[in-house]
Amino acid sequence: MVACGLVPTLTSNAAKLAAFGAGAKVIKTFAYQLTLGDIEDINKIKPDILLLSGGIDGGNSEVIIHNAGMLKQAKGDFPIVLAGNRSAQDECASLLKGSSHPVYLADNVMPEMNKLNIEPVAKVIREIFLKRIILAKGLNKATSMVDGILMPTPSAVLDALTLLSKGDKKTPGVGELVAVDLGGATTDVYSIAKGHPTNPTTVLRGLPEPFVKRTVEGDLGMRYNAIGIKEAVGEEVLSQLSGLPADAISETVQAYHENPAKLPEDEQEIAIDRALASAAIATALARHAGILEQVYTPVGPIYQQTGKDLTQVERLVVTGGALIYSKSIDQIIADALGLQEPFALTPKQLHVSADKNYVLSALGLLAGYEQSTALNLLLEFFGREEANAVV
Amino acid sequence: MRKTLVLGVIGADVHAVGNQILNYAFTEAGFHVVNLGVMVSQEEFIEAAIESAADAIIVSSLYGHGELDCQGFREKCDEAGLKGILLYVGGNIVVGKQPFEEVEKRFKAMGFDRVFGPGTPPEVDIACLHEDLADK
Ligand code: B12
Repeated sequence: MVACGLVPTLTSNAAKLAAFGAGAKVIKTFAYQLTLGDIEDINKIKPDILLLSGGIDGGNSEVIIHNAGMLKQAKGDFPIVLAGNRSAQDECASLLKGSSHPVYLADNVMPEMNKLNIEPVAKVIREIFLKRIILAKGLNKATSMVDGILMPTPSAVLDALTLLSKGDKKTPGVGELVAVDLGGATTDVYSIAKGHPTNPTTVLRGLPEPFVKRTVEGDLGMRYNAIGIKEAVGEEVLSQLSGLPADAISETVQAYHENPAKLPEDEQEIAIDRALASAAIATALARHAGILEQVYTPVGPIYQQTGKDLTQVERLVVTGGALIYSKSIDQIIADALGLQEPFALTPKQLHVSADKNYVLSALGLLAGYEQSTALNLLLEFFGREEANAVV
Repeated sequence: MRKTLVLGVIGADVHAVGNQILNYAFTEAGFHVVNLGVMVSQEEFIEAAIESAADAIIVSSLYGHGELDCQGFREKCDEAGLKGILLYVGGNIVVGKQPFEEVEKRFKAMGFDRVFGPGTPPEVDIACLHEDLADK
């Protein structure tokens, strides 16, 4: 997806959070007026869906209207979801009428200042995903075989994690948690946590973040984006983590890049994979979590927090092939936590449970029919602490 | 059309009571108030004004460091495309007791359209808003 908004920290950010929450991978986020260059960028990206927001209700309508006009020229037939200032919805819709892009309407992602409203738009995005993408990618045969809920995998995972965390009316869940899905191309992080400041004197800045938050790092992946991991942390870090010289790492990373299907074959490659995994998780966690900064004011220093404080979260669910088949998950996670900067509000200590049987998304689907059965199974697979080492 | 005001207490200032009173008074007077509360940075005022297409930004400062906190505010508004937006400031905007005329002059030089001395009741502010926003 591509997300567009007005101010980077406000509606652009809200649009991105909403798209992530719907299970999408956001390739690029735009702010302010779209330019011809931006439209060219979008043409190159060829998104499956574009989310257009901007302005609180009754607020700025000029920019979203301008952007709707610009998007009319964008190539392709990707749908455009309008979820901005409600006073501008009609005009945007009529501007886009007659373009190659079908238009869907949703409630504003930020109807009032600093108030996120991502559920309605996430629902619309999921519906489009199922209707269009699944059809386009030939997955409609699956639809004809099963007559039930179809859901994009990330949003099924999100549902499963939310149920595991919150529980239902009868059975309590396990409480706040984070989850990491380390894949070949991306690294997804989920947090089901309030993330409020731990210290009451800390000032919270910026848009309040959703309790159920998902982010996708499109530059961090074990194969297609192994180079991205190397660029994010630097060769020395990978060298330190693996105990191997930098040129060995460069060589292997390059080999992975050229042949993403490659599995580690010897001790050296296993060590490099472990280092890549730690580095990807460390970076993705740091980007997902908030940061704490000390700022100097006329009345003395204060601490300010932006984003979620996850330092008190103690439970981690891991999924994705690279992790669940690894023999050293605990080591990978311990190294990832060890790489965090002191001001990062990432978890400090984690009990790890791995999705060894790849059931997370299936249980998310089951939750739609048989919530309590799904919950019991989730607790069975991920709720037992004694089975898991403490990192 | 209903006018939109962005309201907040600037800088590291935590005096919250006056802000709540102003929020109440402006809302009662028929304005759409986007209240950012206390400890608001210049950037946060500006970003909120952009998203809400605000007609005016009402800055409070009570702890004495208003002059420092307000420096460069107008220039940043201009830069952000909020050219000519109405800017008011009030509260205890400077340290201690200083002749108000001088204080007013300094804040006007910084680009504030109106400057209000300590203890100005909200009604005064509201009357000024009606006057200044009448033709906008
Ligand atoms: C309560 C209080 C506190 C509380 C605040 C609690 C809270 N969260 O609200 C606490 C203890 C935290 C506090 C701390 C400090 N305070 Co104090 N505090 C006060 C006190 C006693 C009352 C403030 C109040 O609530 N007034 C009631 C409300 C309704 O009035 P108001 O805030 O003035 O707002 C009205 C008007 O000013 C006006 N107004 C406000 N903004 C605007 C804007 C416009 C455009 C207009 C037209 C009108 C307008 O309308 C409002 C509604 O009627 C005042 C003294 C006083 N009597 O005013 C000192 C006072 C404001 N504090 C003062 C100081 C110095 C401090 C500290 C720096 C002390 C210190 N060294 O630590 C710290 C600063 C902390 C910080 N980071 O901000 C000084 C400021 C001096 C100055 N400006 O030169 C004062 C005036 C006391 C004094 N005489 O020395 N304080």
